[in-house]
Amino acid sequence: MPVGALIFYLIAALTIGSAMMVAFSRNIVYSAFSLLVTLMGVDGLYALLAADFVAVIQILVYVGGILVLIMFAVMLTHRIDDVAVSNRSVGRLPAALIIGVVGVIMGAGVVGARWAQKADVQVAPTTYGIGEAFLGPYILPFEFASIVLLVVLIGAVVVSRKEIRGETGS
Amino acid sequence: MNAALLDIGLRHFLLVSLVVFALGLYCVLTRKNAIGILMGVELILNSANINYIAFSHFSSGRYDGQIFAVFVIMLAAAEAVIGLAIVLGIYQNFATIDVEATDSLQG
Repeated sequence: MPVGALIFYLIAALTIGSAMMVAFSRNIVYSAFSLLVTLMGVDGLYALLAADFVAVIQILVYVGGILVLIMFAVMLTHRIDDVAVSNRSVGRLPAALIIGVVGVIMGAGVVGARWAQKADVQVAPTTYGIGEAFLGPYILPFEFASIVLLVVLIGAVVVSRKEIRGETGS
Repeated sequence: MNAALLDIGLRHFLLVSLVVFALGLYCVLTRKNAIGILMGVELILNSANINYIAFSHFSSGRYDGQIFAVFVIMLAAAEAVIGLAIVLGIYQNFATIDVEATDSLQG
């Protein structure tokens, strides 16, 4: 088996295996750590697709930011005396039926469609091109994204602020 | 082993992202823990990102798919922040994050 295919199957098995642990685990802390492994596996798939800039951004932002935030929330919202934090699921059979139908239809579409593919697939560094595009054709979404992040920052502080009642100290 | 298994192409990546999407959808549909539902949404967003970058690599030689993926990652961060702030607010008020317990407005 060629090395490229072997590496792809290893990374794909890691990603899918840890995504299964996220979906089927009964403990929310196990799910959070399996999400970490899933995000690293997805990052390996980005590296196989020659997307070096997005792979690094995924590690920095997704694993280093979002996942740490999810771990904070998991640790802050369960009782300290609970060893096995419960993460039960309801309605598993109807969900499995719906997902089975949707998955079969989408899988048939993925395998059967004649995707337009380029004859020569190039592997090249992408950071320069993405930087040029962010300051060129994509400058408006780029600036708008920073406004969105500002709004999200203010909104998160407002939503999670604890109101101090009037009887403290008076 | 035939060439369809060994020659890694567009369909292989699309099938991986389809499996991750199905598992994320399962999380969103069945979980009772609010953070578990948010983890399912993260899985769905990652599967969409794999699709974007696979198409950018195999079908178009330009960077547009990767720029979209960067925007998706940024918006996933924003949505995770707000979602978890809401989850913490629910925990402060209900002492639980079971989504079936937050039914004060029901009926």
